[in-house]
Amino acid sequence: MSNRFIPHTEEDISAMLEKIGVKSVDELFADIPSEVIFKEEYDIPSAMSEIELRNHFKELASKNDTLVVFGGNGVYDHYAPSVIPHLLERSEFYTAYTPYQPEISQGTLQYIFEYQSMICELTGMETTNASMYDGATAAAETIFMMVASAKKKNRVLLSATLPEHVLKVAKTYARFHGVDVTEIPEKDGVTDLEAMKGALGSGDVAGVILPAPNRYGVIEDFTGVADDIHSVKALMGMYVDPSTLAVLRSPAEWGADIACGDGQTLGMPMQFGGPYLGFLSCRQSLIRKMPGRVVGATTDASGKRCYVLTLQAREQHIRREKATSNICSNQSLMALYATIYISLMGEKGLREVNVLSADGAHYLYNRLIETGRFRPVFNRPFLKEFVVETDLDIKKVNAYLLEKGVMGGVDLGNSRVMFAVTEKRTKEEIDNLVTLMLEA
Amino acid sequence: MKYYDKLIFELSRPGRKGYELPADNYGCDALKEIPADLLRKDAPELPEVSELDVVRHYTNLSSKNFGVDTGFYPLGSCTMKYNPKINEEVAAMPEFAGLHPLQPAESAQGALELYYNLQKALANIAGLAEFTLNPYAGAHGELTGLMVMRQYHISRGDEKRRKVIVPDSAHGTNPASAMVAGLEVIEVKSKPNGSIDVEDLKPLLDDTVAGIMMTNPNTLGMFETEIMEIAKLVHEAGGLLYYDGANLNPMLGKVRPGDMGFDIMHINLHKTFSTPHGGGGPGSGPVGVAAHLVDLLPNPRVKKGEDGKFYVENGDKSLGSISSFLGNFGVMMKAYAYILSLGKENLKNVGPMATLNANYIKESLKDDYLLPIEGACKHEFVFDGLKDKSTGVTTLNVAKRLLDYGFHAPTIYFPLLFHESMMIEPTETESKETLDEFIEVMHKVAKEARENPDMVKNAPHTTLISHPDETTAAKKPILTYRQMKG
Repeated sequence: MSNRFIPHTEEDISAMLEKIGVKSVDELFADIPSEVIFKEEYDIPSAMSEIELRNHFKELASKNDTLVVFGGNGVYDHYAPSVIPHLLERSEFYTAYTPYQPEISQGTLQYIFEYQSMICELTGMETTNASMYDGATAAAETIFMMVASAKKKNRVLLSATLPEHVLKVAKTYARFHGVDVTEIPEKDGVTDLEAMKGALGSGDVAGVILPAPNRYGVIEDFTGVADDIHSVKALMGMYVDPSTLAVLRSPAEWGADIACGDGQTLGMPMQFGGPYLGFLSCRQSLIRKMPGRVVGATTDASGKRCYVLTLQAREQHIRREKATSNICSNQSLMALYATIYISLMGEKGLREVNVLSADGAHYLYNRLIETGRFRPVFNRPFLKEFVVETDLDIKKVNAYLLEKGVMGGVDLGNSRVMFAVTEKRTKEEIDNLVTLMLEA
Repeated sequence: MKYYDKLIFELSRPGRKGYELPADNYGCDALKEIPADLLRKDAPELPEVSELDVVRHYTNLSSKNFGVDTGFYPLGSCTMKYNPKINEEVAAMPEFAGLHPLQPAESAQGALELYYNLQKALANIAGLAEFTLNPYAGAHGELTGLMVMRQYHISRGDEKRRKVIVPDSAHGTNPASAMVAGLEVIEVKSKPNGSIDVEDLKPLLDDTVAGIMMTNPNTLGMFETEIMEIAKLVHEAGGLLYYDGANLNPMLGKVRPGDMGFDIMHINLHKTFSTPHGGGGPGSGPVGVAAHLVDLLPNPRVKKGEDGKFYVENGDKSLGSISSFLGNFGVMMKAYAYILSLGKENLKNVGPMATLNANYIKESLKDDYLLPIEGACKHEFVFDGLKDKSTGVTTLNVAKRLLDYGFHAPTIYFPLLFHESMMIEPTETESKETLDEFIEVMHKVAKEARENPDMVKNAPHTTLISHPDETTAAKKPILTYRQMKG
C-alpha cells in the first residue's frame, strides 16, 4: 500500500485492523451495496516518480509559448517582485485552513486585516471583506448586495463599458438569482449617462455599476453621477482596477457606495486565468449585507492585540439559505499576495508603476498614429490600455506577431484593436512591435 | 521568543521603499494628458518599508500560523491532507505562470492539454461524462452545479421545478448555494444515524422538485446505503441528483458518484486532490455531469479536435459564464501533478487508507468520547463530546486543549445533529505513529477533564494568544488600520 504520500506499511494495516476488530480493509466498506462498488482500474496513467513528473511537466511546458504581451482586456503582464513567491511559499501560510482557531492562526488573520486596510485605503471605502474569487464574481455579488439592501427594488443597471467577462458572469448570476439587469448603452466609448438617467427613472433600480477604467481602457468622467443615482435611492457601485487607484480618482471620491474589481493587476502572474483576487469593499452602513469573511481586531485575555473572524452571523454556515451569498473559501493566499505587493510598492511605487505603464502606452499610441496605418477611435484619456483603428489585417498581423513571440493587441472586430502596456515592457519591445506589425 | 505583533503599517517610515523600477525613457508624461478631475486627490496611506522589512514581517507572521506542515490537522470535512512540494514547483513554472488567458490556443497547447487531461481524469474518477474546471471553490462548484440543474429544467420548458431537497445535516453552503441559484430549499430530516429517511423523502417528490443535494458518505461519515433507492425515486419524479464532493476522499478506489446515480457533482481539488487550502483559498471546484447535461456546462470549455489540437469553445446551449476565464488554473496544475504522482496504482488506495485511519481513531477513543453511531465510518466520524458529561467540559474546551498539545482542533459543533459535535478526519497521508500520538493526547485530555476540569475549561494555556474577545470584535468592529488608529 505504501507510497510517498500514503505511509501505511503492511504491519501498520494489520495492527490497525486488529484494533478496529475487522479482518480486512474491505470489511470497512461492507455496508456499500456491491452493485455500486467500482471494480475496474482508473483510466489514468501509471504512478510517476518525481523525476518522471518533472519531465512530463517540462514536456507540457515546451508546448506553450511565453510571449511578450501587449494584450490586456482585464489581465495585465505586471511585474511580480521576487519576494512575493518566496513568502507565499512559507508553508505555515499555504498549508493552513481558514483561520477558525484564532489562537493558532494569527498569521493569516493579521495579513487579512492588513489586506482589508490596504483595499480600503485604495478604494477609499470604509470596509471590505477578506476577498472574493475574481473580479467578475465580485461584481455579481455586488449586484446581490444592491438588491438585498434595496428590499423591494430588483433592477441593477450595468454599464455596457464594463469588461466583457464581467458582464457575462454578472448576467449569469443575475438571471439565476432572479435580478433584472439592464445594460446602459455605450456612446463613443463611454457610458451613455443620459441613457442611465432615463433608466434610473423606472423606479425599481437598486443600483448601478460603472467601470474605471472601462473595457477600452478609457477613464470615464462620472461627475454628478453619484447624485443622480442617490437621488432615486439607488447604490452606486464601481468596478475598478486597484493598481490604478494610486493615481485615478477613487471610488469614494466619485461618491460610490461599493467598489469591486480584480486584484490580478497587483503584480499577480497571469497564470492562464487564475488564481487571481476578487475584492469587494463598501461603506460601513452596508456591512451587514456584504458577503464573505471579515477579520476584526480585538484583544486576548492578557490584553495582547490580536485578530479574529468576525460578523459571522451574516455568513452561509450560520444563515444557510437566508444568507446573501454562498461564498465560503475565497482567495486568501492571493490576498496575502496583494498585501505583500502593496507593502513593497507603497503609494509611490504603485504611482510609478502607473506612470511607467501609461508613458509606455502613450508612446506606443503615438508611434502607431505616426505610422499612418492606425487612427484614434475615442480620443479620450487613458492609462495603460487603449483602442485604435487600423487598415491592417489584424488577424494576419497577430498571427505574424505570434510567430515572432509577441502577443499583439486584442482584436475587437470592426478593424479595432486594443493594446496594453505595463512597466515590464521596454521601449525596444514597443519599437519592435510597431516594426513587426508593419512588415506583417 | 518575543510576541511579534507589529502591523506592516507600523513599520512605515516616510521615504523608505521596497522596489526599484527601470528608468522611464519614453519622453512623454501621460498623466498630464488626463484631466485633473479624473485623478486622485487624497493619496492612500500605504506602508513605506524596505524589502527586508517586508520579508521579516511576513516571515514573523507565518510563524504565528499552524498548517498541515506544522502538525496533525484532523479538521472534519476539510480533508487536510499533505500538500506535495513538487506540485508547488511545477505550478510556478514560467511557461505556465506567464500565459495570458486570451493568448491564442495554438500558443498555449501545453496548458490546454493539461486542462483537458484533468477534465478527463476527473470524469473517469467520478464516473461522469464531462467536467468543467472553471468553478473557483467548492461553494462555487455547488452554485454552478445547481445552475446546471435549473438550466436542465428550463431547457425542457419545466420551469416550475424550483425546489431542491437538502438534508438537515448538509454543509451550510448547500442551502446557501441553492438560494443563490434561485432555488427553494426543502429540508429533509435525517434519521438518528444521519442518513436520509426514504419514507420522509417520498412525499416531497412532486413535479416542482428540481433535484436533491447529497453527500455520500454523509456528514457523519456514514455511507447512505439506500442511495440506489433514493436515486431511483428522484429520477422517477423527474429530478436530478447532486453530489457534494466535499466527502469524496473515502470513495477513491471504491465507489464513483456517477455509478450511484448522481447526475451532477463538484470536486474540491483542495480536499481530495491535495492542493493547499491557502488559509482559505484559492481552491478549485470542478463540476462534472452526466452525458445528457454536458451541453449546459458553463463557458468557456476546453476541447480536443480530431487533429489532436486543443481549443477553447463557447457553446450556445451553455448556462453562461461563471468565471472570468478558465478558473484557477494554477490550482488545477497541482491537482494534475498529484493524480500523476499517485497514478492508477495508488489513487485507489486513498479511500481505503483514509477510511482505515478514521476507524482506527474512532475505535481507539470511543471509551472516552461519546460515539452516537456505531459501525464502520468512512473518512471521518463524529463524537458527541466527552462520554462523561458530569465534568462540564465541552467540545470547545477539548478543542482548545488540543492546541496546547500541538494539534489542530477537529471541526466542532458541526453537524448540527448533536449538541457537542466533534468531527474528526485524519486523511490517508497520516502515519499510524501520528494517529497514536493524537489518540494518546485525546485520552489525556479526557483524563484531565475528570481530574482538573477547570484547567481544561480555561485552555488553551500555551498558545501565543488565548481567549480573544470575540464579543467586542463583533460589537465594535475594527476592520482596518485606519479604524484602529481612531
